Amino acid sequence: MIPELGHLALILALLMALVQAIFPLAGSWRGKEQWLALAKPAAQAQTLFILLAYACLTYAFITHDFSVKYVAGTSHSSLPLLYRISGVWGAHEGSLLLWVTLLAVWTLAVSGFNRGMPPLMLARVLGVMGCVSVGFLLFLLVTSNPFERLVPASLNGRSLNPLLQDPGLAFHPPMLYMGYVGFAVAFAFAIAAMLEGKLDAVWIRWVRPWTNVAWVFLTLGIALGSWWAYYELGWGGWWFWDPVENASLMPWLMGTALVHSLAVTEKRGAFKAWTVLLAISAFSLSLLGTFLVRSGVLTSVHAFANDPERGVFILAFLAAVVGVSLTLYAVKAHQMEGGQGFQALSRESGLLMNNVILTVMAASVLLGTLYPLVLDALAVGKISVGPPYFNAIIVPLGLLLAVLMLLGPLLRWRQDNLRQVGKSLLAALLWWRHKRSLSGWGMWLAHLGVVVLMVGITMTSLYSSGKDVRMAVRQHYLLDGYDFHFVGIKESVGENYLAYRGTFDIHQGDQLVSQLLPEKRNYGGQSMPMTEAGIDGGLFRDLFVALGEPLDGGTWSLRIYHKPFIRWIWLGTLLMALGGLLAALDGRYWRKVGGAE
Amino acid sequence: MTPVRKKRLLLILALVAGVGIALALVLQAFNQNMMFYYAPKEIKAGKAPANHDFRVGGLVVKGSMQRDKQSLEVRFDVTDLTETVTVSYTGILPDLFREGQGIIARGKLLPDGVIEASEVLAKHDENYMPPEVASSLPQTPPKEAK
Repeated sequence: MIPELGHLALILALLMALVQAIFPLAGSWRGKEQWLALAKPAAQAQTLFILLAYACLTYAFITHDFSVKYVAGTSHSSLPLLYRISGVWGAHEGSLLLWVTLLAVWTLAVSGFNRGMPPLMLARVLGVMGCVSVGFLLFLLVTSNPFERLVPASLNGRSLNPLLQDPGLAFHPPMLYMGYVGFAVAFAFAIAAMLEGKLDAVWIRWVRPWTNVAWVFLTLGIALGSWWAYYELGWGGWWFWDPVENASLMPWLMGTALVHSLAVTEKRGAFKAWTVLLAISAFSLSLLGTFLVRSGVLTSVHAFANDPERGVFILAFLAAVVGVSLTLYAVKAHQMEGGQGFQALSRESGLLMNNVILTVMAASVLLGTLYPLVLDALAVGKISVGPPYFNAIIVPLGLLLAVLMLLGPLLRWRQDNLRQVGKSLLAALLWWRHKRSLSGWGMWLAHLGVVVLMVGITMTSLYSSGKDVRMAVRQHYLLDGYDFHFVGIKESVGENYLAYRGTFDIHQGDQLVSQLLPEKRNYGGQSMPMTEAGIDGGLFRDLFVALGEPLDGGTWSLRIYHKPFIRWIWLGTLLMALGGLLAALDGRYWRKVGGAE
Repeated sequence: MTPVRKKRLLLILALVAGVGIALALVLQAFNQNMMFYYAPKEIKAGKAPANHDFRVGGLVVKGSMQRDKQSLEVRFDVTDLTETVTVSYTGILPDLFREGQGIIARGKLLPDGVIEASEVLAKHDENYMPPEVASSLPQTPPKEAK
């Protein structure tokens, strides 16, 4: 009964989304105010129904309703409660439901925090978000209904992929999706601005904090994924240039460019059309990411389904979104000119460089990710592009970006000269004596985060050492002055798995530094072994042991690492996210519009 | 031309030059790091490059896996059910590596015809077959819909 209720709620949500999409947009075109007024209640009703559907699916998971096909395929009676809740988005159908649920939450937030937003703008924004929602709800209902029944019901489930049974990963998809979907808000605002034919200060005040928040979520989502890959995939890397990682990096790069270009649009009224174009690209790349990950054209941990029908649907949806918004852009962009000019040495040109570099980065990641797919689709050949390609491009551009990032904020708007820059540089050395707004602090914190991230990447890349070794119990291995001693290995029993658990004592000189307990787990059922690395994390170094497999004569293959500064990578991203959040909370965006400054 | 226009022109030229250089570097990096995929029958036919990394995929032949007694070196045969090549790899094999499974290896062709792999991939799902491998196996007739 409950699953049918969920299904019904989804259908009602689709109807509400249609109302939310059609009436406000038609009303704004025909100038009917009553139609505009429908936007808010329709959006709220849509959110309510989607939340209801989401709750129904969660209920089916918690109560082990294996008569629901999706639950039977993803859950198991022995699965702990946390993973039954996160299991909802453990595969294709549920993760799409999560997507529309988060879109609904964003829609609700936009319709709630809108004091002083012109009603016409609000109606258009909600209308565009309604269109996006219609697309995804149709996709869900037509190709991937999570509430489909299984007849006869299964006695037990096929269980959640053990890789996904991990707290870090439980939160990775929602964070990432909050980011992807958040760019839908920026996109909706961009379309609304084009329909309006102008982009003014009021618009900026609304769009900037929303974009920042979306960017913060996306940053955290990517960082969580990278952290998870580091300790859970078991092999100690933190970024693999896997197509699916790239799929999340591209919208992030464009989103970062958007955040910066919005700064110019707010302060100087320039870059308007470019800002709109960035908002369109960030969201289109988010959709492309979903397409790449969910359609099964990419082969990776993330590709759940290999269903061409789904891929075609998302591709058509993507084509519609990109086609319509770019057509609108071609017609309307010229109306958004304006803004003051600027000199070659000015903060505007610094931010312009930032945008150019980020766009080139995103374009080259796109090339490296899509080109192999295109060649394959055309049956020309099967190629792949490895990490060296991406490193060869991103590393030098990243360094250039870092230099700009440190100098750019010292430049003044419009024009500057070298002597003045020198003075600003000196003044910056006394940076804590400056009075700044919250968003100013946010910028510095985020930029500090980039520096920390880059220190982490550099130190880890240059000074890590690691080795695959063959060791027997009681043997030692010396790595970078750390003595890894294989003390023993025994079998242990976990909540829903069996494991071999190794014990390693690590000495530096005579001192015991750490004891690591890496595991090799077997979750039964689908009998997929899992490597649970033993990691001793620290601010300045991580020690890492992962069990490979048992070999002859009681020996094991092991992977041992010493990784200096690797935590700085995630610490840096945390600072970046925190900075973005501070900037979004700046009072000037939240004061009542039209009130006293 | 007014000074402002001149400056703007210079800026635009600098941007175009920058983007051009970036594009050239990108394409060069792309060309250097592109890796082709070959099925064992193509390698036997001599299509694989001699001193450039490439990828090979297929099923691991049952009973072909040999481990060195001292080191972590392992040798196994990979087949596309037409031809078979031997792959040598030193290091830890992925958790899902098993005989009879589809895998992909990245590496170089040695003069003796063995492929020295620097990476072996087996995917994270035991029901999963890498699409490259699937398409290089002989096609089985589709099951009748019933």
